Amino acid sequence: MLDFELLFLVGLKVLFALLMIGAVMTMAGYSVLAERKVSAWMQGRVGPNRTVLPFVEYIPFLGPYLKKMGIFQPLADGLKFLFKEEIIPGHVNKFYYNLAPIVALVPALTTMVVLPFGEFFTSDGESIPLMLADLEVGILFILAISSLGVYGIVLAGWSSNSKYPFLGSIRSSAQMISYELAMGLSLLPVFLWVSEPGTGAMGLSLVDIVHSQGNAPWLLLVQPLSALIFLIALFAETNRLPFDMPESETDLVGGFHTEYGGFKFGIFFVAEYAHIVVGSAIFTIIFLGGWHFLPWVADPWPSTWVGTLIGIGWFLAKTIFLIFFFIWIRWTLPRFRYDQVMNLGWTKLLPLALLNLIFYVLLVTWIDQPAS
Amino acid sequence: MGSNGNTSSITINLNGNDVDVPAGINLVEAAAIHGTEVPHYCYHPQLSVAGNCRMCLVEMGNPMRDRGTGEPILDENGVQKIGWIPKPVIGCGTNVTPGMHIKTESSMVTDSREGIMEFLLVNHPLDCPICDQAGECRLQEFATDYGRGYSRYVERKNVKPKRTRLGPRVTLDDERCILCSRCIRFCQEVVDDDVLGFVDRGSFSTLTCFPGKELSNNYSLNTVDLCPVGALTSTDFRFKMRVWFLKESPGICTESSAGSNILVSSREGVIHRITPRRNDSVNDSWMADSGRELYKSVTNEKRLLTSSVESQKCDLSSAINSAVTFLQDKKLGIVGSCHSSLEEQYLLTKLAKTTKAKKFLRGHFGDDDGILVSADRTPNLRGTLVTGFSTKYPTDDLTEISEAIDKKSISTLLVVGEDLFNSGLTPDQLKGVSIIYIGTHENATSSRANVVLPSLTSFEKSGSFINRSFRLQKFKQAVPGPAGLLPDLHIIASFLNALDQEKEQTSDIVSIWKQLSKSSTNPLHKIKYTDIPQDGIQLDSTRWSDLDFVEKKAMHFSPRKLNKVTQN
Amino acid sequence: MAKTVVLPREPLSLSERTYLPQIVTGLKTTFSNMFKEKVTLQYPEEKPIIPKNYRGVPTLVKDPNGREKCVSCQLCEFVCPPKAIRITPGAVSEDDNSRAHVEKAPKEFEINMLRCIYCGYCQEVCPEEAIFLQEEYSSSGYSREEMINKKDKLYELGGTLPDSHYKWDKKKSAEDDGNDH
Ligand code: SF4
Ligand code: SF4
Ligand code: FES
Repeated sequence: MLDFELLFLVGLKVLFALLMIGAVMTMAGYSVLAERKVSAWMQGRVGPNRTVLPFVEYIPFLGPYLKKMGIFQPLADGLKFLFKEEIIPGHVNKFYYNLAPIVALVPALTTMVVLPFGEFFTSDGESIPLMLADLEVGILFILAISSLGVYGIVLAGWSSNSKYPFLGSIRSSAQMISYELAMGLSLLPVFLWVSEPGTGAMGLSLVDIVHSQGNAPWLLLVQPLSALIFLIALFAETNRLPFDMPESETDLVGGFHTEYGGFKFGIFFVAEYAHIVVGSAIFTIIFLGGWHFLPWVADPWPSTWVGTLIGIGWFLAKTIFLIFFFIWIRWTLPRFRYDQVMNLGWTKLLPLALLNLIFYVLLVTWIDQPAS
Repeated sequence: MGSNGNTSSITINLNGNDVDVPAGINLVEAAAIHGTEVPHYCYHPQLSVAGNCRMCLVEMGNPMRDRGTGEPILDENGVQKIGWIPKPVIGCGTNVTPGMHIKTESSMVTDSREGIMEFLLVNHPLDCPICDQAGECRLQEFATDYGRGYSRYVERKNVKPKRTRLGPRVTLDDERCILCSRCIRFCQEVVDDDVLGFVDRGSFSTLTCFPGKELSNNYSLNTVDLCPVGALTSTDFRFKMRVWFLKESPGICTESSAGSNILVSSREGVIHRITPRRNDSVNDSWMADSGRELYKSVTNEKRLLTSSVESQKCDLSSAINSAVTFLQDKKLGIVGSCHSSLEEQYLLTKLAKTTKAKKFLRGHFGDDDGILVSADRTPNLRGTLVTGFSTKYPTDDLTEISEAIDKKSISTLLVVGEDLFNSGLTPDQLKGVSIIYIGTHENATSSRANVVLPSLTSFEKSGSFINRSFRLQKFKQAVPGPAGLLPDLHIIASFLNALDQEKEQTSDIVSIWKQLSKSSTNPLHKIKYTDIPQDGIQLDSTRWSDLDFVEKKAMHFSPRKLNKVTQN
Repeated sequence: MAKTVVLPREPLSLSERTYLPQIVTGLKTTFSNMFKEKVTLQYPEEKPIIPKNYRGVPTLVKDPNGREKCVSCQLCEFVCPPKAIRITPGAVSEDDNSRAHVEKAPKEFEINMLRCIYCGYCQEVCPEEAIFLQEEYSSSGYSREEMINKKDKLYELGGTLPDSHYKWDKKKSAEDDGNDH
C-alpha cells in the first residue's frame, strides 16, 4: 500500500534539494566569474570579456553587455573542465585520489540542508521558514559537517604522493583545527545571548536566530567581537586569502591539488567556492539578520508571497555582498606566513574568543538574575 | 734572403735602437725582422723592386765622415754625427749598410704616409661592401693604420671600367687599381709570360693586356693574390664569399710532385678557394691555377658516398667485413697509389706483408712546365719508395698485373684509387678476379668492384707527402668528410686488425709515425709527426739517387741535386 | 667590519597592533581602483602605438628609385649574434643599366625569425643602409620554414625608405657626364 501523501512530500523535498543544489552551484560558478572580474577591475584590467553564446551577441545592447561582463565565461570554464583529458599520474593512490574531490564537495553541499533562506506565510499569518530541514541543532550540524571538508584536502594531499600537495594538506589540517576552536567559541556567546529569557528563542536553531533579529538590532551590532572572530575564522576555514595555506600558488605550486587536472580539479574549485557561498549565507543568518530588513526596523514588506520573495532577495543580496567582501579581501591583503597563521589562531583569536565568552557569560548572568 | 746566419750580420740603428740585421736586405725586411712594420704596396719579397708606390718612405741617415780625410765627424760629446737625408727614402729600394740610421716613426714619415694614402684614395671607389678583397685588403688596412681618417676630396671621382676580362680566370676592376705593377712583374719574372702593362698617363693610367694577348697562363691567379687591393679578382671566386668567413687550413697541393704549399679556405665545411702558402724552399708564394681547381672534386657528382658489396649498398662496417673475407685469398694483389699519403702507403705495405700479397704501383706522368707543375702528376711517388711499398720507379700502366693474372697467380685485387681499365687491363682479363676498391670517386674499376669502400680526399684528412725534392710536408684536414665515411687509414687499419688479431694496428697518425720512424735505415728515422714544421723537412735521398726520376729542372728543384746528400 | 647600528623601532599603538585600520585603508584603495580607467589593450582589435625607434622584424628596403640597396656584403651575416642571417651573394649582370656600378646583389637573403633576437646589429652595421628593423612586430607561422623570411618577403615587409645619399646615383651620373674613360 502506497502512502501517496508521503511520496508527494518526499518528492517535493527532492525537488527542493535539487533546486537548492542548482542555486548554490550556480552561485559558486558565478563567484568564480566575480572573482576574476573584481580582481581585474581592482588591477586596472577588464577581465573575461570574450566568451559569448552564438547569436546572443547580436541582441542589441544586452548582447554586447553580457559579453563584456563575461556572463558566459563560467559555462565555458565548466565545459572545459568537463572535456579535458582526465590524467591520473602514475604515482598516486588511485582510490583516495579519486575520492578526495568528492569528499571535499559533499560537506559543502550538505551544510546547506539546514540553511534557512526565507520565510513563507500561511494564510493565517503563521511564518514557516524556507529550508530543507529545520534542525533544532542547526548550527552544530553546520560546524560538524563543514569541518569534514578538510578530509578532502588531506586525502588529496596524501594520495597525490608528491611533496607540494602533501605540504599543502598538512598545513590545511593544522589550520582547520586551530581555527575551528575559535570559531566555535565565538558562536557560543551569540547563542547564549539569543537564548536569554525574554527573547523567545531557544536552543541552537538557525531560524530562531534569524527571528531574534527581526525588528531588533542585528547580532553584528550586539556582539561585534564575536562577529569579527567568526569572520576571520570563516576566512581560515574556507582557505581564502590571506589564509590560503593549502594552495599558496607562490610557494606550493598549487598546494593540495597540484596533481589534479580536468574535472577533478574543477570539483575542488567549485567546492572552494561552495564553501564561500555557504559561509557567507551562515554569516548573514547569524550576524546580519537573515532575510530581515534593517536593524531595529520592522520588515516593510507585506506578509504574503510578495514578502517572501523580497525577503529571499534581501537575503541573497546580503550573501552576495559578503561573497564580494571575500573577494575584496583576497585582492587587498597578502598571504600570511604559515607560522603567522598559527600564531594568530592560537595566541590571538583563541584567548580573545575565550575572554569574549567569559564576558558575555557574566553579562548574561547579570542581566538574567531574577529581580530581588 | 732570410736570416739563417749564413750571411754576415751588420748593425743598424732602427728608431734609435741598435739592432743586428743580415747584410744585403732592404729596409722593409730589416724593420720587419725587428717587429716594425713599414707599409708597402709595390714591394714583394719574391719580385724585383719597382719602387713606384712610395708607401714605404722612411727617414734615413748615415754616420758622417769628412769628405777629404775620411775621418768621422764628431759632435761636442764626441759621438759621430749622423747625416740625415733631408727627404725620405723608399725602404724597399734601399739596402742596409753598417751603421745606417732609420726612422720609421718620425713626423716626416707619418706625413708622407698620410699624403700617399690620400693620393691613392682620391680616385679609389667606395667599393668595400662589394669588394672581394675587403678584409684582406692592404689599402683598407693601411688607410686605417696610416691614413688621415677623413677625405678632403670633394670633386667627382674617376669612373673606370669595372669588369675588364684580362684572361679566362682573371677579371680586372680598373677603378680599384693602385698601379703598383706587382702583377706585371710577376708575369715577367716568374712565369716569363709578358702580357700585362700600363697604358695612358696620370689618373688615366690603366692596367691592360698587350694587344692580341690575354692573361691566360697557368699562373694567372697568382696576380690576384699579389694584388694588394681588389683590382684583380678571380672570376671563379668573385662575389662568392667574404674572406672573413673563411677558415684557412694548411694543405699540400696534390696536383703534381712539386707539392706546392696551399691554404684551403672553407666555411662551415664547404671549401671556397685555394690560395698558395709561402714556402721559400718549395713554391715561394705561388701555385698553379690548375691546382686551385682541385677542391671542386670534393663535391663532384662522381664522388663515392656509400659503401657497397656486389653493387648492393650497405653500411661501412659490413663492407669492411666482406672485404676482409676477400683479402684472405692466397692469390692477392695490392694496387697502391702515389696519391695516398705516406701513412696510408705504410699501412698498405704492412697489409701486403701480412697477407703476403704482391704489390703493384702505377705512376701518372705529364708534361713538366718547369715551374710548379712537374712531370710526375702525383703528390707522393717518393712516399712509396720511402715506405718501401715500391722499390723501383713505376711506369704509367699496370701491365705487370696482366702478366700475373695470365700466370694465374692473382685472383683478388685490392685497388686504392687507380682505374685498372685505363692502365692496360681488359675486362676479359679481370673476369675471374675479385676486386676491392678503396677510393674517393667512381670509375670503371669501382663499378666493376665486388666491394667498394668510399674514402676521403686530401682536404678531408690529415697526413704527409714527400715532394719531388724529397721534402716531407704535412697537410691538415680542412673540412669534415661526408657523413659516414672514414679515412683510408682507418679502413686499412681495420683490415689489419681483422687479419692479424694479435697485433693491434692503430689508425692514429701520431702512433703510426712512431712505427714509421723506428727503422734506422729509413730517412724518416727519429722524426715525429707533430714535429714536422709547417714548411717541411728535407729528407736524405741518396738511396734512390740512381732511379730515373722524370722531373725536369724547375723552381727550387734540380734533378742533379737529388744525387747529392741534402740533409737539412 | 662595518658597525651594525640597530635603530629603535617606534612601538606600535594598540589600534596599529590589531591591523584593522590598515586593513580598512587597504580595502578603500582596492575599492577605489575598481572604478579607475582600465589599462588593458584589447590586442587584435586595438594595436599598440609603435614608438619611433622600435626594433621590429628586420626587413630589406629599396631606394626611392626602386633599386635594391643591399649589395650582399654579408656584414650583417657576420655581425648577427645568433646567426639568423644567411646570404647567398650574386653578381648583377653587366647589362642591367638601372644598377650602375652595383655589381653585387644578394641572390638569396634569408633571416630566420626563430633565431633573430631583434638586437638591431644588422641595421647598425649595414654600410648601404639597406636593412632596417621596422614596425612589424607580429610574425607567426605554422612551420619552421615559414618563419624564415626569404628575400621577396623581406623586400615586401621593408618597402621603400627615403635615402639621403643616392650613392649609386652619384656614380651613375659621374659615369654618364664626365670623368669617364
Ligand atoms: S636584429 Fe640582430 S639577431 Fe636579428 S637579424 Fe639583425 S643582427 Fe641578427
Ligand atoms: S643588408 Fe646591408 S649589411 Fe647586410 S649584406 Fe646587405 S648591404 Fe651588407
Ligand atoms: S713598396 Fe717601396 S715604393 Fe712601393
